Amino acid sequence: MGKVIVVTSGKGGVGKTTSSAALGAALAQNGEKVVVVDFDVGLRNLDLVMGAERRVVYDLVNVIQGEAKLTQALIRDKRVETLYLLPASQTRDKDNLTPEGVEQVIAALKNAFDWVICDSPAGIERGATLAMRHADVAIVVTNPEVSSVRDSDRIIGLLDSKTLKAENGERIEKHLLLTRYDAARAERGDMLKVDDVLEILSIPLLGIIPESMDVLRASNVGAPVTLADGRSAPALAYFEATRRLKGESLPVTIPGDKRSFLGKIFGRKAA
Amino acid sequence: MNLFRFFSRAQSAPAARERLQVLLAHERAATGDSDLVNKLRDEILKAISKHMQVDDEKVSIKMERGAQVSTLAVDIEIPFDAGKKAA
Repeated sequence: MGKVIVVTSGKGGVGKTTSSAALGAALAQNGEKVVVVDFDVGLRNLDLVMGAERRVVYDLVNVIQGEAKLTQALIRDKRVETLYLLPASQTRDKDNLTPEGVEQVIAALKNAFDWVICDSPAGIERGATLAMRHADVAIVVTNPEVSSVRDSDRIIGLLDSKTLKAENGERIEKHLLLTRYDAARAERGDMLKVDDVLEILSIPLLGIIPESMDVLRASNVGAPVTLADGRSAPALAYFEATRRLKGESLPVTIPGDKRSFLGKIFGRKAA
Repeated sequence: MNLFRFFSRAQSAPAARERLQVLLAHERAATGDSDLVNKLRDEILKAISKHMQVDDEKVSIKMERGAQVSTLAVDIEIPFDAGKKAA
């Protein structure tokens, strides 16, 4: 039985899709069977970020409406053979996502994959609540910036009340993924520091993805950043995050930390 | 000139942090767990009444949310003969 993960944030543009693609690819690069599901009906982009935009025939809505079989809608990645994408519909309305339909699709995917990664749309409407509904684990993507932190706080509240796990009185596992972190600006005192965000949101840290040109470069060519350049700083940070996701207790290197300086001396690339 | 501006400019991150802490303390109170105080009150009372009889009216529970910490103050008047009645 696979694990269902929702990548969510409330605010748009913080890196949900980039992170869904990168984490999914990183897991698959380690041999896990992964499907990344785009829940952003009407504004799909995961296909583009993963470089599969020209291979979309059927989508999530087609499957839910019974117009296509799940196996027909799944797109297998050309670079990593255990990585699959289930695209969102670009033309249909998000009202076509029904709770029952989503439940059936997720149940089928859980049976066939080790990891089901749900890329949530921004906002707190139907698409976002359905994306988080069946999750075992939530990854809250946050930028070190006031509006993003506020929206993440709101999303954490929804995760604790609107998910199936929460309704059954269980705790949903939540992790913070801090993206677009600029160590130099944080050091100068012009960006919230890692500890500030952690203290405010008080959920465990999954990883810190440094602000980097490599992320844009990867999306330009349609490859998850872990595939585009596996040695780049954001890719290494995503690889580490997936190890933590799998339960490994791996200390988080805070960019700009004194330890990363030591890391440089010993030849490791600072994340 | 630039160097001067660089050193004289105040840091903005502490302001962000403080504004968020105050805002979220209020937003969290407004949504969801406004009912928390009542729940805690009932459960604390239940726990105490296992050991002694207390008058519901003589219990005051206050919750205060600050930027750094929240406090829950429980003030219970225990009658002189409370222990006897429970036994």
